[in-house]
Amino acid sequence: MSNVLKLRKGVDIKLVGEADKVLVDAPHPKTVAIKPTDFEGIKPKVVVKKGHEVKAGTTIMYDKNHEAVKFTSPVSGEIVEVKRGDKRKLLEIIILADSEIRYEDFKAADPNSLERDAIVDKICSAGLWPFIKQRPYDVIANPEDKPKSIFISAFDSSPLAPDNDFILHGEGEAFQAGIDAIAKLTEGKVHLTTNAATKADDVFTSAKNVVHHQVSGPHPAGNVGVQIHHFDPVGRGDVIWTLKPQDVWTIGKLFLTGKLDARRVIALTGSKISNRKYFRTILGTSTKDLFEQNAEKGNSRFISGNVLTGTKIHADGYLGFYDYQLTAIPEGGEPEMFGWIKPDPSKFSLSRALPSWLIPGKKFDLNANMNGEERPFVVTEEYEKVFPFDIYPVQLIKAIMVEDVELMEELGIYEVAPEDFALCETICTSKIPSQTIVREGLSKLRIEMS
Amino acid sequence: MSNAIHNFLEEKVKPNFDKGGKLEKYYPAYDALETFMFVPGHTTGKTGSHIRDGIDMKRTMIMVVVALLPALLFGIWNTGHQYYLALGEQADFMTKVIYGAIEVLPIVVVSYAAGLGVEFIFAIINKHQVNEGFLVSGMLIPLCLPVEIPLWMVAAATIFAVIIGKEVFGGTGMNILNVALTARAFLFFAYPTWMSGDKVWIGEGTNEAVAYADGSTGATLLAQATEKSSGFVNAAGAQYGDTFWNAFMGFIPGSIGETSTLAILIGAAILLITGIASWKIMLSGVLGAYVMGLIFNAFAVNPFMEVPAHYHLVMGGFAFGIVFMATDPVSAAQTSTGKYVYGFLIGILGIMIRVFNPAYPEGIMLAILFMNVMAPLIDHYVIQANIKRRKKRTLAVA
Repeated sequence: MSNVLKLRKGVDIKLVGEADKVLVDAPHPKTVAIKPTDFEGIKPKVVVKKGHEVKAGTTIMYDKNHEAVKFTSPVSGEIVEVKRGDKRKLLEIIILADSEIRYEDFKAADPNSLERDAIVDKICSAGLWPFIKQRPYDVIANPEDKPKSIFISAFDSSPLAPDNDFILHGEGEAFQAGIDAIAKLTEGKVHLTTNAATKADDVFTSAKNVVHHQVSGPHPAGNVGVQIHHFDPVGRGDVIWTLKPQDVWTIGKLFLTGKLDARRVIALTGSKISNRKYFRTILGTSTKDLFEQNAEKGNSRFISGNVLTGTKIHADGYLGFYDYQLTAIPEGGEPEMFGWIKPDPSKFSLSRALPSWLIPGKKFDLNANMNGEERPFVVTEEYEKVFPFDIYPVQLIKAIMVEDVELMEELGIYEVAPEDFALCETICTSKIPSQTIVREGLSKLRIEMS
Repeated sequence: MSNAIHNFLEEKVKPNFDKGGKLEKYYPAYDALETFMFVPGHTTGKTGSHIRDGIDMKRTMIMVVVALLPALLFGIWNTGHQYYLALGEQADFMTKVIYGAIEVLPIVVVSYAAGLGVEFIFAIINKHQVNEGFLVSGMLIPLCLPVEIPLWMVAAATIFAVIIGKEVFGGTGMNILNVALTARAFLFFAYPTWMSGDKVWIGEGTNEAVAYADGSTGATLLAQATEKSSGFVNAAGAQYGDTFWNAFMGFIPGSIGETSTLAILIGAAILLITGIASWKIMLSGVLGAYVMGLIFNAFAVNPFMEVPAHYHLVMGGFAFGIVFMATDPVSAAQTSTGKYVYGFLIGILGIMIRVFNPAYPEGIMLAILFMNVMAPLIDHYVIQANIKRRKKRTLAVA
């Protein structure tokens, strides 16, 4: 049985540059990297040095706060660089990949016959635990917690997002094995939410051991935070864990084969990509070849992830741990004469102060311009249009700004992650960096509460 | 062309204002000029959303100014129209417009000059950017004043409003009261003889040397309504054929921009289509005023209470206030439910003050200012209700 939740609030920003539903193998990457900056709130301790040989699944780093949480190499090869930035901040651990991957053996096992501890242990030692994130705080889950439920959003509603129905088609066995393993981690239920507007693939609809939900509506309907809020809200003291569908598959593969199979299908998207397809590549892959061979020349912004929540990278950077998509859009950066009054139809706007609303269904080729300067909050009930939570977003942001912990709690900070504010940030007249503010608020609260 | 201008600004002008330049202190002034000419080519950061909406504060504010233009243009014509009516002379369209422009535009110029002057000084002292908020206030102030207001009073009121109404709270976005209404209230209480009565609404009304035609009057409809509920007369002293129609169109004496409900409705349409002003406040405000008018009609113990309820919507500053001032997002309620309450109470209180206290015919101004103060309280209760509801919900699920 599935419940359909209809959401009205939100907006689908239609962009030029969707990937065609064609899956090709990406060239085997020369290097891959694990970027400790992808993991919010960990204290990384690197256990390998330059020159070490590793296999796929060999631990290269762990979290000093939770030593069970290990980070492993996605490929076999040689550690070629441990890159640090200011104040010796760990940036990248780069591995020169073998052409033939050798694997650590974690032993195949049927998750249904294992105890919870054995499952946690297996996922942790293979380095897949970081796939499991938690609300509150939007950080890697603590293996010692007992979450009240686990949520998986089967679809991504953000602009140009990869289509999981396409990616996981025919992968039901590994996906189900992953679900079975995860289901042992909670005393509650595993919730799997599909998009009611499209026909979800069998891999999702025939999944067992889960509670099925359906959601319809514009972005952020696919955000797991929105789904949690409506199906099983997080209160004070509650913990809920979340996973992405492809990562469930990877966990399933671990149990089926005993190997860390770090392959990942990503979508290459954006108006600056000429060859927009799905590529089968590997977690942490170097993006150099992908962009060099498939992106147009010119001043581009390269993003690991989508345009709303992704991270800006160099063309020769690396795919982020939590990213299933690479995007290239024009960088922009030109000052615009009287740009604040020009009725420019090429710009997206949620308001109708620009003429683009007159052309429904228009696909935009947006660049990375701010289109204005940061100002204090003036316009009201703007965020509410794209924020399908029973939470007052601006009031919450203000509570974070003034560091009023009690008010933050009351206004619902435990339920949100920065990604839930991505649209708010995008459409903000005052150009307030709300994702950053929410992240800082969550980090402060987490320290305060521990 | 635009590149050449930008390069000129960057290379020739900017160095004077940069750190170490001779005009370093005045950098905010340069910044205001440059960002007025050019939206800066700033791009989004490493993390966070990489694409942004085309709207910004400048565009939002300028849309409101555009929405005010019909009221301004009509006000210019009407200033001339009322003047020649009072004189008892015939005048063609252009003559009226020219007279009106000579009377009105200096007030607009003084308002902007005084207000922006204060904004620039504060930007320089506080080393922050000049904010766009005053673009709107600078237009609202002249439009809510009588045409005979001395220019120095406009300047004094504007400076008072920007400093006490806004800058002491931290600038645009932080103020509690609507800035333009603060200016108007300042004048109303400091110089009541220049803000009420029947001399100030028509050009040269306060100039003893100018003799109006016999029987002419500068009394506004609100002033007349204290004595009668029908048979209103125009500036020439002749009865209006259809009072409602004349007031709707704006052929009546009053503050410069407030007379024509039609011109204000055009502005309202611009604000509502672009989504910049809240329809919730406008709708609930109109409802509140109409309901209050009906209640008065039901009792009708004096002439003012007999004035038909729908007249209240087109008389005095109601339409102007509810469309342009009550909807100021900074000083209004910010929550959806709060907006309905806030707007409705402005309507109720505005008409109540107008009718019960003839000394304050402009009840709308006082009602909006009062509700500005109450708005945070309304929001507080709305948000507390949300907090309680959500607490219950997580408990119920658990």
